[in-house]
Amino acid sequence: MTTTAPQHPPHVAPEPAARPNTFRTLLRLYPYAKPALPRLGLGMLAALFASLMALAIPQVLQQLVDGALSQGDTAPIWPAVLTVLGLGVLEAGMIALRRWFVLVPGTHIESRMRNALYARLQDLPVTFHDRWPSGQLLSRAVSDLNMIRRWISFGLVLLVVNFLTIVAGVVILVSMNWILGLIFLVCSIPIWIYGYVFEEKYSVIARRSQDQTGDLATAVEESVHGIRVLKAFGRGSFALKSFTNQAEELRGTEIEKARAIAGIWLWLLLVPDVAFALCLVAGVWLTSQGQLSVGELVAFFATATVLRFPVESIGFLLSMTFDTRTATDRFFDILDTPNTITDPPRPVTITSPRGRLAFENVHFRYADSPERFPDLLNGVDLVLEPGETMALVGLTGCGKSTLTALTTRLYDVTDGSVTLDGVDVRRGELRRHIAMAFEDATLFSASVRDNVLLGRPEFAERSPEADAVLAEALDIAQAGFVHDLPDGVDTLVGEEGMSLSGGQRQRVALARAVAAAPAVLVLDDPLSALDVNTESLVEAALRRVLVKTTALIVAHRPSTVMLADRVALLEDGRITAVGTHSELLATSPHYTFVISSLEDEERRESSRAEESL
Amino acid sequence: MSVTGVEGEERVDYTKAESAQIRRRSLRLLGSLLFPLRGSVVMAMLVVIVSTAAQVAGPALIAFGIDRGLPALLNQDWVPLAATGVIYLITGITGALLIAWYTVLSARISQAVLIDLRKRVFLQTQRLSLEFHESYTSGRIISRQTSDLDAIRELLDSGINQLVQGLLYMVFTAIALVTLDGVSGLVLLVALVPLLALTRWFQVRSQHLFRQSRTASASLIVQFVETMTGIRAVKAFRTEKRNEGVFGKLVESYRLVNARVIQLFGVFDPGLILIGNVTVAAVLLVGGFRVADGQLAIGALLAALLYTRRFFDPMEEMAMFYNSYQSAAAALEKISGVLEEQPGVPDPAKPVDLWTSTGAVHFDNVQFEYQADRVILPRFDLTLEPGQTVALVGSTGAGKSTLAKLISRFYDPSAGRVLLDGVDLRDLHPKDLRRAIVMVTQEAYLFSGSVADNISLGKPEATRTEVEAAARAVGAHDFIVGLPGGYDTDVNKRGGRVSAGQRQLISFARAFLADPAVLILDEATSSLDIPSERLVQEALQTLLSDRTAVIIAHRLSTVAIADRVLVMENGVIVEDGTPAMLISGTGRFARLHAAWRESLV
Repeated sequence: MTTTAPQHPPHVAPEPAARPNTFRTLLRLYPYAKPALPRLGLGMLAALFASLMALAIPQVLQQLVDGALSQGDTAPIWPAVLTVLGLGVLEAGMIALRRWFVLVPGTHIESRMRNALYARLQDLPVTFHDRWPSGQLLSRAVSDLNMIRRWISFGLVLLVVNFLTIVAGVVILVSMNWILGLIFLVCSIPIWIYGYVFEEKYSVIARRSQDQTGDLATAVEESVHGIRVLKAFGRGSFALKSFTNQAEELRGTEIEKARAIAGIWLWLLLVPDVAFALCLVAGVWLTSQGQLSVGELVAFFATATVLRFPVESIGFLLSMTFDTRTATDRFFDILDTPNTITDPPRPVTITSPRGRLAFENVHFRYADSPERFPDLLNGVDLVLEPGETMALVGLTGCGKSTLTALTTRLYDVTDGSVTLDGVDVRRGELRRHIAMAFEDATLFSASVRDNVLLGRPEFAERSPEADAVLAEALDIAQAGFVHDLPDGVDTLVGEEGMSLSGGQRQRVALARAVAAAPAVLVLDDPLSALDVNTESLVEAALRRVLVKTTALIVAHRPSTVMLADRVALLEDGRITAVGTHSELLATSPHYTFVISSLEDEERRESSRAEESL
Repeated sequence: MSVTGVEGEERVDYTKAESAQIRRRSLRLLGSLLFPLRGSVVMAMLVVIVSTAAQVAGPALIAFGIDRGLPALLNQDWVPLAATGVIYLITGITGALLIAWYTVLSARISQAVLIDLRKRVFLQTQRLSLEFHESYTSGRIISRQTSDLDAIRELLDSGINQLVQGLLYMVFTAIALVTLDGVSGLVLLVALVPLLALTRWFQVRSQHLFRQSRTASASLIVQFVETMTGIRAVKAFRTEKRNEGVFGKLVESYRLVNARVIQLFGVFDPGLILIGNVTVAAVLLVGGFRVADGQLAIGALLAALLYTRRFFDPMEEMAMFYNSYQSAAAALEKISGVLEEQPGVPDPAKPVDLWTSTGAVHFDNVQFEYQADRVILPRFDLTLEPGQTVALVGSTGAGKSTLAKLISRFYDPSAGRVLLDGVDLRDLHPKDLRRAIVMVTQEAYLFSGSVADNISLGKPEATRTEVEAAARAVGAHDFIVGLPGGYDTDVNKRGGRVSAGQRQLISFARAFLADPAVLILDEATSSLDIPSERLVQEALQTLLSDRTAVIIAHRLSTVAIADRVLVMENGVIVEDGTPAMLISGTGRFARLHAAWRESLV
């Protein structure tokens, strides 16, 4: 049950053939990185300068060893030491400078990209979010952008600088003695190759390990959220077994990962030591032949030691570059997703809406719905006159929620139109006239007050007027319980605050819709989690609001239907009947089937019998 | 106040004795995790010691080659140089091989510890009573198993390795340097003073900053996830622009903390290089004069310089150890607290088998209270006959669910006994208990996987035919075959496009597949639409005929199928009788029923 593959969103891995090369992909970061470029360049210069300082120190040693020390002259020691000290201090200073130039601007790049991603995600339609789990989006917003920042301010700089350092170092080594220089160079090449191959292999394992860790976390979450079910059926050991299997898989991957790391360590340690051993024998021999001075031999090993890190780093810097390219791809996956629901360039506005909501020949189907199914909404025609309350009734899954979602453009019709006061909702900025409450009530991490007044930005500051609206909305939604919370209406709720029960959340969400004081109120089964008593209290209070507001209410219960002036019956993707509750009961067998229980029918039978008397 | 178990977990003001108690507990846990692995641990230690020693030999060999090999070679004696070269190759190869081996060895150890710990916490989570979970909250128990285990994994994976290897490397390098040239060793000793001061400064500052950084990233993540999961409300109430402002501020404060962390490294890292370079210059100074005097060989000076430069290499990574150690230690303290919790509803020591159950439930002088002063159910006796369908009616908080949870042994009574077929539930073998008694709650949780997987949770060995039969029996078959993949449709993403009512139907099917002797339905039909509810009720008539059933429902329509109605008020059963009997009377149920009929058109 918990062993399914992780849910992969579509388009994570586009066709390899269609992918532009790494350089072109990374170039797309240019607009975000542009302001930081001068400092990046300066940082590289500083880093290069630091490397040159480090490479200069062995040269001083050579002079000292070959000159003064071999002749027992102590006079040049102090100047040489002071030079080494000076170079050493400069190196440290340049490294500090490199960091100062590069790293803080890097954080600005990260922030810019993060804000852009967030804005884009908020802009993309609900259908996009239906397909992408928030975890996938989160890893893009956090770890991918982190990666990109580290690459720009660290990876890219070091890649360039270390490459130049190696070139400079090898030139120095070769100019000292070409044989030794060549041995060193030849020995470095396998490290680059192996380093690159390793990183490619490693990143595959690392990604697998990440996926498996994610699956394991999902298994943990489910075992906790579903603990009542597991306990009720005594399936704890069953869950443990499947959890253990997953954990064992992860352990296998982790050990495989350790093996890969062991492999790269082996090479990183082995190759330089072999090179040093060879160079030692060759160097001492060359010295004995008089082709190399002792000072040069000393300088050679000192230089080679300086070059060890740059040589070792090339492999992982390259792989970091490729990982960053993947992260960049993932970032632009989202930024490039076309938005199918965009605001019109010049939206039509309605200053004082009357609230006439009309559905004309509305068609809708989900993009992933199999072809054998007809459109979910297959030509809906329905008109809500201003101030009218319409209940929407139909079987579970017949598209009631989808129909209501079309009004605020959570989805767009695939054909036909939805209009408010004659203006197509796609042509105007009309959402502020329509407020919704959902069955699945999401509250945000903010105070109850802020949650309820979400649709009224003008009440962001406390004012008597705001308090009045808040109090009235809470009263209508029977959400008086909020006054008993630790800080009353200022209590923090949502993920970071108090956890409320389903029924409590629904009532706050209903208050939120009411407080928005819209021309059209759309309620998608917003009372499902309430008990019968509370439900009837809410309904009684709602009646007051509904007198002056156009409302579309998804209803499952006769009591909710009672709120409405008229009822529309949604059946097979169409509105098959519109009328009052009793009209429909009398004329529509399907309506009777949907809305009334067995006893009702008996009761109606008997009341008809009474009437006929 | 006590700090036993998870109590006081969120406190920050532990007394000395309490801190000691917590530390002892987590050390005990650590010991119990490592004890079975002691052989591998000793082995790994040996391997890492030998390999580090081999790694450190290099510069000394270079010194030997220059100081001894060169003069010998000038005398046409190849032996010392060749020997040095061969020894260098051997130490290089051994060191590299052993380090590689150590990497795998240590990974095996840390993975063994992790999997042991994962299983222990998971099992403990399942064993702990519902009462514990209700007060401890799901978020916390999940972070024990995810982020806390991650902290420990990070310490085991890299922290410990870096510490052990780094420390050994520094110790061996220092030993080699002292052996090679005592004076240079003294210089290094002096250099340790600023080195330790800088590292300490870094530790103190970074600890503080890392904590801030975690807090900043956590609020960033919460805002992000809430926006994405609540995208419908975001769009419906047009809060995009405002959210961008809020998120932008969070991004900026995260950036600021990050920038400060980076600046800290910007001081620490060049600081290390500075200390290293100054020490190199000092070693050169004290060495140079002695080389000029002939007291020190050139090669030895070179080796001293190389050792000095390499001595500081592991410092930066080791400085990070303290941070990962601290978060891992905090994590281990919390985990050990959870593991210390005694299950409130423990499995019996000597379980009694009950192969087949008739479904006779008896409450024998039972009382239930959360705390001594909050009695939920005062003492009562109650017998549910085998095969009886009992409806529990009453307002919210009357104690209906508590009664149901006592039967399903989610809770144990504070006094008295609950018996199934004469066996105390506390003595009953857990397997038999769960086979005999099943409870379906209002919140119908679906696990990721297919619809069929979710139904067969009721009976893991069930065939597809049995699964479909169960779905048919509760009227779920029709909508399931209408799903894009039928029974194999994935119900991922918290139920996805499966509505609340459909989830309830699936969990009904799950219960019927389990085929228990006693079935408890706690608000199990609340999300069904009327046609589905009607179907379920028709199904219930037959399905409940041969088993004991307890039904809790707000809607009285469900009560119609009951043989017996219990009306509860403030934890007390105030009315008990057949529906017809109670309706015709003048009690609470009769009034409720009348009001309900009013509401139905």
